[in-house]
Amino acid sequence: MAQVSMTVNGKTVSADVEGRTLLSEFLRSDLHLTGTHVGCDTSQCGACVVHVNGDAVKACTMFAAEADGADVGTIEGQANEDGTLNNIQQAFQDHHGLQCGFCTPGMVMSAAALLKDNPKPSEHDVRAYLEGNICRCTGYHNIVKAIMAASGQDVSSIAAE
Amino acid sequence: MYEFDLTRPTTIADAVAALNEEDAQALGGGQTLIPTMKQRLAMPSKLVSLGAIPEMKGVCMSDAGEVCIGGATPHAVVSAEATAFPGLADLAGQIGDPAVRNRGTIGGSLANNDPSACYPAAALAAGATIVTNSREIAADDFFEGMFETSLEEGEIITEVRFPVPEVSHYEKFLQPASRFALVGVMVAKFADGVRVAVTGASENGVFRWKEAEQALSANFSADAVSDLALSGDEMISDLHGSGEYRAHLVNVMTGRAVKAAS
Ligand SMILES: Cc1cc2nc3c(=O)[nH]c(=O)nc-3n(C[C@H](O)[C@H](O)[C@H](O)COP(=O)(O)OP(=O)(O)OC[C@H]3O[C@@H](n4cnc5c(N)ncnc54)[C@H](O)[C@@H]3O)c2cc1C
Ligand code: FES
Ligand code: FES
Repeated sequence: MAQVSMTVNGKTVSADVEGRTLLSEFLRSDLHLTGTHVGCDTSQCGACVVHVNGDAVKACTMFAAEADGADVGTIEGQANEDGTLNNIQQAFQDHHGLQCGFCTPGMVMSAAALLKDNPKPSEHDVRAYLEGNICRCTGYHNIVKAIMAASGQDVSSIAAE
Repeated sequence: MYEFDLTRPTTIADAVAALNEEDAQALGGGQTLIPTMKQRLAMPSKLVSLGAIPEMKGVCMSDAGEVCIGGATPHAVVSAEATAFPGLADLAGQIGDPAVRNRGTIGGSLANNDPSACYPAAALAAGATIVTNSREIAADDFFEGMFETSLEEGEIITEVRFPVPEVSHYEKFLQPASRFALVGVMVAKFADGVRVAVTGASENGVFRWKEAEQALSANFSADAVSDLALSGDEMISDLHGSGEYRAHLVNVMTGRAVKAAS
């Protein structure tokens, strides 16, 4: 067991964790932040994407102890301060960027990381960035559309109305 | 996963000392090791994380004009910062997906020497030097077949130094499910000749295609390699492609890499 402390969605948390505790387990089981989903647990699907010091990482493939001292962001920290959906989340709703919603937390976190570095991505940029995020439901078009709309771009010409 | 201890040293010396213990293993970005441990294919009693060692991170230029990359530098940083060697930055930006690139490191990739990994092709094509805590190893002497390298027990890659070619390009034929290379070819043209390194194809791991190097050193154009043929013997044969298919792809990817580089 080792003591770890980190900032999660702006709050300082500390706990004793085993070396083998994954960041995804720590968030879900210790902090009860179950918005971070675990789809594959083998670093393929991206449902578990969170931000560590601003970078998108797969929480199922990082040990909690390695996030000691880090600034961690999860889907629970994405909404606006008054509790309303932030513009990426709202765009997912407006453009039907989700169906079952299982992949959505990872999609939103990846989208947020993309837009931070690339505020006006092309459709190609969005698709390339989402390479590690798998969705079984939507066929991706509406996710891409939502992310482009969230960046303030006109999405009327993007496939699959 | 089996239980283990995890330590996070902050200097190379402390990491090397911690790795001296029996069954201790280095942890880079964990993008290969953590899945392996989940499958219980690796069971170290102690993991020594290299992620908190500042002297092992970052990209810089040496006085000799080489691009030097700290052994624990993530792929995303190489992609963004190795601008002096565009072929290398471009290769790093094609590894896996953004989240994998934010964690996975150059040292972990080279030490792992996956037969389909991208970095081994860059190291071999550029004639890089792999610097460890105890010595310097030429890329030509480093790779010893699938998942095998000349690293000793407990030895860690602290830095990789890449001579910068005049022009270079990495052409990757993506295996879309794994996002590794089905076949990848790095071509690097230096003043004194061309080096061609192939990943994803051979059962013996990354290799230099000497015949293509000779042809390209005489005439750096895609035509120079179009008539060369590699044998499918000793090429990886699996559900994604036969040995013959891979051998053919090596030729096609080499031609494309030359076109893109010149
Ligand atoms: C979805 C996915 C897609 C991927 N796609 C690609 C791809 O397209 N191309 C590609 O090349 N790779 C790909 N990878 C692999 C990825 O690049 C890994 O990051 C890399 O192979 C291992 O690096 P790591 O830092 O994560 O090492 P780890 O997983 O931490 O370690 C791997 C091995 O190296 C050892 N090690 C780690 N660091 C060092 C060091 N500094 N010195 C000595 N030994 C060390 C460890 O002990 C372990 O044996 C992919 C991985 C995933 C999960
Ligand atoms: S649960 Fe982490 S990538 Fe699928
Ligand atoms: S909405 Fe169901 S997996 Fe994406």
